[in-house]
Amino acid sequence: MSQRRSYQIGTGLFIVLGFAALGFLATQTTSLANYRQGPTYALQARFTNVGQLKLRAPVKIAGVRIGSVHAIELEPDRLDAKVTLAIDERFKQIPDDSAAAIFTSGLLGDQYVGLQPGGSPDMLKNGDELVLTQSAIQLEELIGKYLVGGNPPSANAKPEAEKTSAPGN
Amino acid sequence: MSDANRTNVVGDGLAEVGRIGLFLVAVIAAIPRSLRYLRETVRQIFFVGAMSLVIVMTCGLFIGLVLGLQLYDVLSRFGGTASLGTVVSLALYRELGPVVTALLFAGRAGTSITAEIGLMRATDQLSAMEMMAVDPMSYVVAPRFIAGVIAMPLLACIFNALAIFGAHAVGVTWLGLDNGTFWSNMTSNVDVWTDVMNGVYKSMVFGGIVTLMASYQGYTTAPTSEGVAHATTRTVVFSSIATLALDFVMTAFLM
Repeated sequence: MSQRRSYQIGTGLFIVLGFAALGFLATQTTSLANYRQGPTYALQARFTNVGQLKLRAPVKIAGVRIGSVHAIELEPDRLDAKVTLAIDERFKQIPDDSAAAIFTSGLLGDQYVGLQPGGSPDMLKNGDELVLTQSAIQLEELIGKYLVGGNPPSANAKPEAEKTSAPGN
Repeated sequence: MSDANRTNVVGDGLAEVGRIGLFLVAVIAAIPRSLRYLRETVRQIFFVGAMSLVIVMTCGLFIGLVLGLQLYDVLSRFGGTASLGTVVSLALYRELGPVVTALLFAGRAGTSITAEIGLMRATDQLSAMEMMAVDPMSYVVAPRFIAGVIAMPLLACIFNALAIFGAHAVGVTWLGLDNGTFWSNMTSNVDVWTDVMNGVYKSMVFGGIVTLMASYQGYTTAPTSEGVAHATTRTVVFSSIATLALDFVMTAFLM
């Protein structure tokens, strides 16, 4: 009887431990950990290019997380990306001339929205739009511009042609 | 002559695969009847699951320590040590956790299942059960199969959790990576359904295949001490091969 009880306790302990481990993996090490249950308010920002920005990416001021990206959609009439940010209610004191930019954390890191606080005495309210924005920096474009041959070949050819023809003239 | 031999080898191999397939069908058919023996199933979860905890937890911790150390070194060449947590957790959840746990499980639980059922066969206990109108498939094999399918995902999760702690100990405590960076990079890149559950599905299948191979080898063993020894060896070899082959197929499907 006591032996049967001890293996039942052992089995129960094993199952509880297993599900505790699954719960730990699912809630503490995945994107579920970023769901903040506290109340938030929405801000809009328009970008000409959001790069690799993903839903639930962090929104930061001075490197501290204050909210997350709630929605990314294309505005059909202006053809730019409208990003909705869900900001924690605790951070109500954001001036309405603040600027939003998309940064990358580290070389291989994820992209996030960084807010640069302005100096206006008026604060942003729910549904307001951040007017000053800076799009994501495309690493490929930078490489194309500065590392691989400078200008595209057609633009390159022109000055050369002018140069060679100049002495003849 | 050699041609005939070759046909025999191919034919024998195919027949073995076919017998294992038929055995799987018989086990699945016996599952509804085995629900009467719930207590036996609980006892098997204890033997294949709880008794494997020590080896799984120890190996998980050391795999985590090694992964943390190796990947820190490799990532620091690219200046990407911030993504150590992400890389370790993705490698563990999707691949290493289920596979390494399945290999340990085959060595720890699979062999004991084979030896137990094989000795039951060698000492005619299975025939005695049949004579008493107890179906050995539903009393002996199916509870072990169910226990394997239930216990393997739990073991793999425990393995993963311990390995994350190991990687954290190396990366953050020892090598001085920032604690917040480690966790926030991990949480923003790992997804519950595509990564964590992916590993859970895999380990359920691995638990089933290892216990199936082990019971099949025990059930069909030659009723001698040598036969049981060979059956135990075949369990480890075949379930390891089946695990790794199925892993490839399942990865392709679950991507």
